Amino acid sequence: MSIRSQRDFVSGLLFVIIGAVFALGATKYTIGSSGNMGPGYFPLGLGILLALLGGFITVRSVFRGGQDGEPVGRWAWRPLGYVIGANLAFGVLLGGLPSIGLPSFGMIAAIYALVLICSHAERNFRLRDGIVLATILAAGSYLAFVVLLKLQFQVWPAFLVER
Amino acid sequence: MDLIANLSLGFDAAFTPYNLLYAFIGSILGTLIGVLPGIGPVATIAMLLPVTFALPPLSALIMLAGIYYGAQYGGSTTAILVNLPGETSSVVTCIDGYQMARRGRAGPALATAALGSFFAGCVGTLMLAAFSAPLTELAFKFGPAEYFSLMVLGLIGAVVLASGSLLKAVAMILLGLLLGIVGTDVNSGVARFTLGIPELTDGIGFVAIAMGVFGYGEVISNLSKPAEHREVFTASVKHLYPTRDDFKRLIPAALRGTVLGSMLGILPGGGGTMAAFGSYALEKKIKATPGEVPFGQGNIRGVAGPESANNAGAQTSFIPLLTLGIPPNPVMALMVGAMMIHNIQPGPQVMTSNPELFWGLIASMWIGNLMLVVLNLPLIGIWIKLLKLPYRYLFPAIVLFCAIGVYTTNNTTFDIWLVAICGAVGYVFIKLGVEPAPLMLGFILGPMMEENLRRALLLSRGDWSVMVTRPLSAGLLLAAVLMLVVVLLPAVKAKREEAFVDD
Repeated sequence: MSIRSQRDFVSGLLFVIIGAVFALGATKYTIGSSGNMGPGYFPLGLGILLALLGGFITVRSVFRGGQDGEPVGRWAWRPLGYVIGANLAFGVLLGGLPSIGLPSFGMIAAIYALVLICSHAERNFRLRDGIVLATILAAGSYLAFVVLLKLQFQVWPAFLVER
Repeated sequence: MDLIANLSLGFDAAFTPYNLLYAFIGSILGTLIGVLPGIGPVATIAMLLPVTFALPPLSALIMLAGIYYGAQYGGSTTAILVNLPGETSSVVTCIDGYQMARRGRAGPALATAALGSFFAGCVGTLMLAAFSAPLTELAFKFGPAEYFSLMVLGLIGAVVLASGSLLKAVAMILLGLLLGIVGTDVNSGVARFTLGIPELTDGIGFVAIAMGVFGYGEVISNLSKPAEHREVFTASVKHLYPTRDDFKRLIPAALRGTVLGSMLGILPGGGGTMAAFGSYALEKKIKATPGEVPFGQGNIRGVAGPESANNAGAQTSFIPLLTLGIPPNPVMALMVGAMMIHNIQPGPQVMTSNPELFWGLIASMWIGNLMLVVLNLPLIGIWIKLLKLPYRYLFPAIVLFCAIGVYTTNNTTFDIWLVAICGAVGYVFIKLGVEPAPLMLGFILGPMMEENLRRALLLSRGDWSVMVTRPLSAGLLLAAVLMLVVVLLPAVKAKREEAFVDD
């Protein structure tokens, strides 16, 4: 027997797992009673509800859905990887990684890294375009966030700026 | 005349050069966002929240509100010119607006959208001013049981009126509620579900969730689709003004749209989108006058009705937020966040504790709507140019502003890691066909619901029947049940699915 809606099947299972994890986690806290709820009462109830509902969605997906089986489809690993990767690179460069002694490289470097990595998410990436875009965005962000809004940023690499 | 006194107080507060400037910036930014595909008002407001930290509370809210209705407006421009709805609420405008553009009538279509929106915005603002006071009175009669029931109604309403699978939407609400209670429990001081991460004791930052799920998730999903072929009708935008015949048709349609939109906007989960769909369905039902273009082929009523309805709905959806403190849609949920950042607890007390803020915001909405009309008709050329900007240049900027924005909310890199996770999760949601909007509402309401449930049951000594023995609370719950039942009726269900199919 084939599943009528694979998307619903997967999402239902996901809800079951998440609900169960929250419900189990909630049992570590005081549950209390309805008249005097502990910190675990509300999450336990919600977790159980979510798991039950997820289970229902899963079961239903076997019988109900479109003709094509509503497949989840291919994962777009390329944009996913580059967008998330660009974001992580931005965080590392902006804040540094104190745990391994990596200093902050500042906002400008972080913006260039983010734009250049992120642009790869699309196939026809051109380096010149990327650099132009990064320069515009870096200048614009500097103006908007640092000069106009006076937000606190490490703008330049920490080891180049005297404290 | 209280209403006039109040409104004049509001206009006094809003008519300062600075506030006018922020209303202007907000409307422009909103229109920009609405015009640019691939980024919605939720992500924009989330991105700009940190920017508003530095502003006084009223200016901040004025700017955010400007973004919201500016986006509604900008969305209709792309819908008409490129058949791409910039916002979900302009999906229906595509149908007849784009056909009008193809027949060389882009100008009148754009003007109709602008004038209809402005008219509806004015009425919506008046409604907001008129209804807020009595509703606030009612809100003071609310105890914890009523608030809990009201939130249940709000959440149910949000999923009933939204598109997509009802069950999955309810599951997303539950997930949102669960994520909302991550952090320190206010009653016992216990840190819940923090996984030992100190940054999580304050809870998950909702800016990170909003940007990750709505910003990154959308970007990734857009990039995975082949580039769309866009045909822009630029040459045809010459004469803007509708003919006399057009006016005869569009004015009643705009009136009907405004009335319907204002009513649907007040309902939780309503906002602009549902209003636009409802109005289109209504216009289609009304008999065509002789010589009228059929629907789907460029009927001006198909633009005037939905456009008025979505703007009126956008305006009146502030009513539940400002009077009860309950956000009816994700944009309003972000407004709650903005208010809390400025130490304003949204709810009935805002009107008495910060009257300038309350009435100033209402007055600024009218000002913002006026600005939109004055600015957008002449600026249409610029918006058209923006439409030609390739997504290739756009998405790195979106990713960047999300990253900077989330960093500046707390100045910690932890939020940047969090937004990365939320982005991946958001993409998974899109792949699985689950709507992220209910999650956002649940997330905002989670702590409030728990608190009110606790108090209600503490007062009743643990007796759950308090929810149905108090008449107001029972009424609200009954309304929620009725909504669910009505939607689950086979006849209505088929209609609902049909209504969301033709986009």
